[in-house]
Amino acid sequence: MAAKTLYDKLWDAHVVRTDADGTAVLYVDRHLVHEVTSPQAFEGMKLAGRQPWRRASMLAVPDHNVPTTDRRRGIDDPISRLQLDTLEANCTEFGITEFKMDDIRQGIVHVIGPEQGATLPGMTVVCGDSHTATHGAFGALAFGVGTSEVEHVMATQCLIQKKSKSMLISVDGQVSPGVTAKDLVLAIIGQIGTAGGTGYALEFAGPAIRALSMEGRMTVCNMAIEAGARAGMMAVDDITIAYLEGRPYAPKGNLWEQAVAAWQALHSDPDAVFDQIVHIDAAAIQPQVTWGTSPEMVVAVHDRIPDPTAEPDPVKRGSMEQALAYMGLKPGTPMTQISLDRIFIGSCTNGRIEDLRAAAAVIKGRKVANSVKQAMVVPGSGLVKLQAEAEGLDKVFIAAGFEWREPGCSMCLAMNADRLLPGEHCASTSNRNFEGRQGQGGCTHLVSPAMAAAAAIAGHFVDAREF
Amino acid sequence: MQPFTQHTGLVAPLDRANIDTDAIIPKQFLKSINRSGFGPNLFDEWRYRDHGEPGQDCSNRPRNPEFILNQSRYQGASVLLARLNFGCGSSREHAVWALENFGFRCVIAPSFADIFFNNCFKNGLLPIVLDEGSVDGLFREVAATPAYRLTIDLPAQTVTTPSGEVFGFAIDAFRKHCLLNGLDDIGLTLQHADEIRAYEDRRRREVPWLFA
Repeated sequence: MAAKTLYDKLWDAHVVRTDADGTAVLYVDRHLVHEVTSPQAFEGMKLAGRQPWRRASMLAVPDHNVPTTDRRRGIDDPISRLQLDTLEANCTEFGITEFKMDDIRQGIVHVIGPEQGATLPGMTVVCGDSHTATHGAFGALAFGVGTSEVEHVMATQCLIQKKSKSMLISVDGQVSPGVTAKDLVLAIIGQIGTAGGTGYALEFAGPAIRALSMEGRMTVCNMAIEAGARAGMMAVDDITIAYLEGRPYAPKGNLWEQAVAAWQALHSDPDAVFDQIVHIDAAAIQPQVTWGTSPEMVVAVHDRIPDPTAEPDPVKRGSMEQALAYMGLKPGTPMTQISLDRIFIGSCTNGRIEDLRAAAAVIKGRKVANSVKQAMVVPGSGLVKLQAEAEGLDKVFIAAGFEWREPGCSMCLAMNADRLLPGEHCASTSNRNFEGRQGQGGCTHLVSPAMAAAAAIAGHFVDAREF
Repeated sequence: MQPFTQHTGLVAPLDRANIDTDAIIPKQFLKSINRSGFGPNLFDEWRYRDHGEPGQDCSNRPRNPEFILNQSRYQGASVLLARLNFGCGSSREHAVWALENFGFRCVIAPSFADIFFNNCFKNGLLPIVLDEGSVDGLFREVAATPAYRLTIDLPAQTVTTPSGEVFGFAIDAFRKHCLLNGLDDIGLTLQHADEIRAYEDRRRREVPWLFA
């Protein structure tokens, strides 16, 4: 039998039928739903008089719009409230499990899926959200879809798709101490570019990936879309299995034993052929900071802002000039001279317990700089928040001058009340530094939790390893 | 879905790479639970000089005269010309709805982000990939020619310029069929319902933990 990539194995296991031109009907095992991209899909179902094909595959949670302040007050914004009410009404009408805003299990959809064991190796996972590749860290084929496809999966349990090309990103060697999964994925995006993975399913492999915890692996897969790829994935190993054992939705008893045995095959065969292979030297990666308005506009913290006049490609040069004009930054400025107005620690990229521990370790016994207007921590889920509080991390953050918030997407995309004002610079552990992403006119710098924490203390970017 | 066959329309050039879906339709408008009404807020942060909120009447908002869609020569444009990696970022189909609600029927660029590209076909918006050199040439012609219109012929898979120059483009056969006929692909997939059930029965035996 021909050697297969992990993507080949996941794809082949989910094909219901394939037409002569390669168009396939692909079966979906897990469908995660949130309030922003689902209302029009539910509406479509109602208009067509359709019922969900398999309700048990669906799990819904409000995350994008939820307030991160005291929730007993409810939601002030009537339009956000209507969207949450609509999700609740739709889940009730269609019989879909929903973790409502006051449920301790509520959180960012890409945090709660794995946390509940609702994401399992060998699954196909979809969600109306581009960061769905997060779940690929478990040896699953996971990708974001638009609202029409949300409806398509609800109605048919399937998607119509053609197979992507495959790309292996081999992260060779080991990162140096203090270099995190976030630095690693930002460096990958810096190398292959924001469209480098377009048309591909990525597999991240190599010793530096194997050495990551599940939290770190999720951080890497989460940002596959920022390299242009809908799906990013990693092989299953003991770390994957240890993370899942005993989680509420994970199989139990005999079924667990069967599942674990089957999951051993979820890796690329040694001789598997990829359409493209990229090698990354882990040891060369330094803590990363973005300077522009695309995740590929990234340098190491000790570097300077690049000069567009040195860029030969006119389209790229134009993008760099536009980015610098928007960010109010000048070429040649050392990254460590960029001062910060706000600090955001959270998101589906870096809102997990390990992220909060890393940030707290830097902050412990220190104070947020006076020049920083606001520093906030938004745990990825209610259970992450609970765990952090059990470890006393909340007290570390609060003592330093951070705000300790309720879980949700928050200032990663600023759909709720948490946002930047025009011209403000933010050290953010989120995934996108697009113009206006964190608030109109706001300037985002993507960093790891440790780097955001260090920036909060210093008031400007610093190498967290020197703290 | 509105079928797409032939279309001739005024071209608006948006000379910028990596235009993301946050720029196409900012997040505050994603709070809507409808599929329509996004047109006035297309490119909101570039188009207006104030901060837009959902439900607002946009007719009296201060416009940015430098933004291409505010310039008189591009009023009524239905073909958008763009650069590399158009539609990158979030999966929000609202970006496609906003372009379609505004009146665009077609976007031409050297490359598109995957999810956006896929979403276009669900809404009768035709994304056309032409090579960078051809797109560059079109940018120059649009700039030099007032009322520059392109004719897009989906059955023939061609884009024709006012001077008669013809560019061929590739399109997946299934997607072409759906666009030409305005087909809802849920209905098409449900024609295979028996095969989906047979697949489920097999998987329930092979991987029972996924059906527990």
